[in-house]
Amino acid sequence: MRLSGREVGCVRGGREVFSGLHFQAASGEALAVVGPNGSGKTSLLRLIAGLLVPASGSIILEGGESELTLAEQSHYLGHRDALKPALSVSENLTFWRDFLGGATSSAAESLAVVELDHAARLPAAYLSAGQRRRLSIARLLTVRRPIWLLDEPTNALDTAGQKLFATLMGDHLARGGLIVAATHTPLGVAARTLHVGDVS
Amino acid sequence: MTALGALIRRDIRIALRVGGGALIGVLFFLTVVVLMPFAIGPDLALLARLGPAILWLGALLASLLTLDRLFMADHDDGSLDLMTMSRTPLELSCAAKALAHWLAAGLPLVVATPVLGLLLNLELGATAAVALTLLAGTPALTFTGMIGAALAVTLHRGGLLLAVLVLPLSIPVLIFGVAASEAAITDPSSFGAPFSILCALSLFGLVIGPFAAAASLRHGLD
Repeated sequence: MRLSGREVGCVRGGREVFSGLHFQAASGEALAVVGPNGSGKTSLLRLIAGLLVPASGSIILEGGESELTLAEQSHYLGHRDALKPALSVSENLTFWRDFLGGATSSAAESLAVVELDHAARLPAAYLSAGQRRRLSIARLLTVRRPIWLLDEPTNALDTAGQKLFATLMGDHLARGGLIVAATHTPLGVAARTLHVGDVS
Repeated sequence: MTALGALIRRDIRIALRVGGGALIGVLFFLTVVVLMPFAIGPDLALLARLGPAILWLGALLASLLTLDRLFMADHDDGSLDLMTMSRTPLELSCAAKALAHWLAAGLPLVVATPVLGLLLNLELGATAAVALTLLAGTPALTFTGMIGAALAVTLHRGGLLLAVLVLPLSIPVLIFGVAASEAAITDPSSFGAPFSILCALSLFGLVIGPFAAAASLRHGLD
């Protein structure tokens, strides 16, 4: 499986964010997208996720499941965590497991991995920022998708959480997964670096 | 199907919990109808004659009140992004969300109608006729309203724009809803025609609404 972008350009609100961007990542590889604030890291992830349309160029996935689109084989972990405050932690996770479908594993197990099993019945409204992040990570584990698109994934995580997430990313890569992560801090796994925006 | 079932169950569950807003519509409906006799006066014959129109107006405004919640929360917390990316077509997800919204916010209006009919001096038969037309007509309000809800989300303008967009679309539903109710009360033989048109409007909305809403949501991604 190989994800590649050619001459990708992005225009937001009439302003060119970046253009002529090339990137490539294969199974088992991680790509760290770095650049100053406002350089278009999030926009690049949303382009890959199919949530934005590229102004120029193309993004292609080779060797994935032929019947599914790139977006349908991807997980997107963004700033907004898609959690409903009125639902409990396990209700939130179970909903996304049932809705996203495909190959899934037990929600309770994933909660145990991210150390949230003690809060499974707590409404998500009472979670701290770090716990919400952990719950979003549990979604990546419960529903299997080969491509992970992560937008500053370690934000709000404590040191132990960052270490845990690095291990989980390592496992995902070892299974032949692919990671594209926008980040300001080291990812914790071996990754190629893609500079976006002004690098002078 | 599991995906759509899960989505409907989740939306209904959220609507019924604290702060969910399922009851807001019914309470508003109740308030409008309860206030009417005070405004019109204690003329029982007049109340009975205006009853179906009052109930329909109340139901229309109540359903408009809760419509803006249809996509707003999912857009704000990023759920809509994940739904757009998922393997379930966005059109089906929109239809499931509208169905859940109708079950949580539209159906209670129909259930409340018999109680409110008492306040307007409507006879049992007339109340049943209004409840039946509401049962057939409120899905049309929800499904055409979802187009406005989707546009309001993608244009980042809330309530007011929604009302301006949706009210003109709901005029036919109002006309035929009240016509069918009046017909059932005064002349039962002519009930069929307006009631059939009302059902047709609901089916029309059921087909057009999800596609238009999904197109609007896709176009407005940012």
